Amino acid sequence: MKVTLTVNGQSVIEDIEPRTLLVQLLRDRLQLTGTHVGCDTSQCGACVVHVDGRAIKSCTALAVSCEGTKVITIEGIGTEDHLHPMQEAFREHHALQCGYCTPGMIMSSIDIVNRKGHKLDEHTIREELEGNICRCTGYHKIVKAVGAGAAAMAKSSA
Amino acid sequence: MYSFDYQRPPTIEEAATALASSPDAKVLAGGQTLLPTMKQRLARPSVLIDLGGIAGLQSISRKDGMLVIGAMVTHHAVANSQEVKSAIPHLADVAENIGDPQVRNRGTIGGSLANNDPAADYPAAALALGATFKTSQRTLSAEDFFQGLFTTALKENEILTEIHFPIPKRFGYARFSNPASRFALAGVAVAETAAGVRVAVTGAGADGVFRVPAMEAALSKSFAVSAIAGIAIDVKLLGSDIHAGADYRAQLIKVMARDAVTMAAS
Repeated sequence: MKVTLTVNGQSVIEDIEPRTLLVQLLRDRLQLTGTHVGCDTSQCGACVVHVDGRAIKSCTALAVSCEGTKVITIEGIGTEDHLHPMQEAFREHHALQCGYCTPGMIMSSIDIVNRKGHKLDEHTIREELEGNICRCTGYHKIVKAVGAGAAAMAKSSA
Repeated sequence: MYSFDYQRPPTIEEAATALASSPDAKVLAGGQTLLPTMKQRLARPSVLIDLGGIAGLQSISRKDGMLVIGAMVTHHAVANSQEVKSAIPHLADVAENIGDPQVRNRGTIGGSLANNDPAADYPAAALALGATFKTSQRTLSAEDFFQGLFTTALKENEILTEIHFPIPKRFGYARFSNPASRFALAGVAVAETAAGVRVAVTGAGADGVFRVPAMEAALSKSFAVSAIAGIAIDVKLLGSDIHAGADYRAQLIKVMARDAVTMAAS
């Protein structure tokens, strides 16, 4: 069946099976492979994208349910030359090792800033990252990066 | 997951008609339980009827002394609603502690209640508050609605549309979480409304959410932690699994009841 939505500002019309997950539409049809599939059971958060401004797990949403929505993926927030402040903070603080969880971490982190503001204490960041799992870093540098990225977002127009 | 047909009707009447016309149809709310279940091939609906296109199911309002929450209101919306925070502040806290932020952005109160997971938080809150459940066909009390593990009074072609919460004099909910899943090993909701004091337990019951009459009677006489200190829970009512034994859950219920009463009284 036909689904129409906006992905990273571009209008998309695709003919898909109803069982197509949002993450499958993004990765397999649109070749936006920055959004990852980790657990495929809505626990790890590697697949987090924004739908109408809110972070969701794209492995646990049907693409057809997202009809008419605006989807933002990791590819839609910055460019190689101009990283999003949260991406820059993750780079600066080396908040990753293998990098698999990073796109989801960054999308969740931007959502945290959108909901909780630019001044985030460590406890808030750790609580709010509950839906994202990293198996490499032990989280310390991620937590630092989110705090720095949140502050940096206040200064930029992003 | 297996393939299925998909419909997104604009009204509850059309959704009910679609549901009645296909024997293996299922209703899709936020999908945070149904979609994982389908991925594991534990459910195989022939048709999914998505309630996401029905605008009337997404509002929160106050009507005739009740807090009315539409079935498709997300946990995030309940947690952040000024209407909920002013009417039943700790009900907003219940919503804020479900799942993780991404699940709260998608999961709905109606979906959670209709699923009646024995470890979910909302069933305890709804039972303690004495909520009424409005469906596409009728109105049900919380006692009648919950019918045991993953079971409700909803008929095959019936859709939950609104939950009406009496505005209580006081309400509290305390949960002891499984450290991995954050689901309740025991969660206790305590409410005092015009109809009296009610205590409801989730996460621990062998047959899902249940009330504790002995605690209700004691709290009716004196709404204080000391009133329920000596009340033991019958372990035969409780479930045992790899996460906790029934005797441990019985102890957790006492402790969570204490915390819920403290929260409600403050």
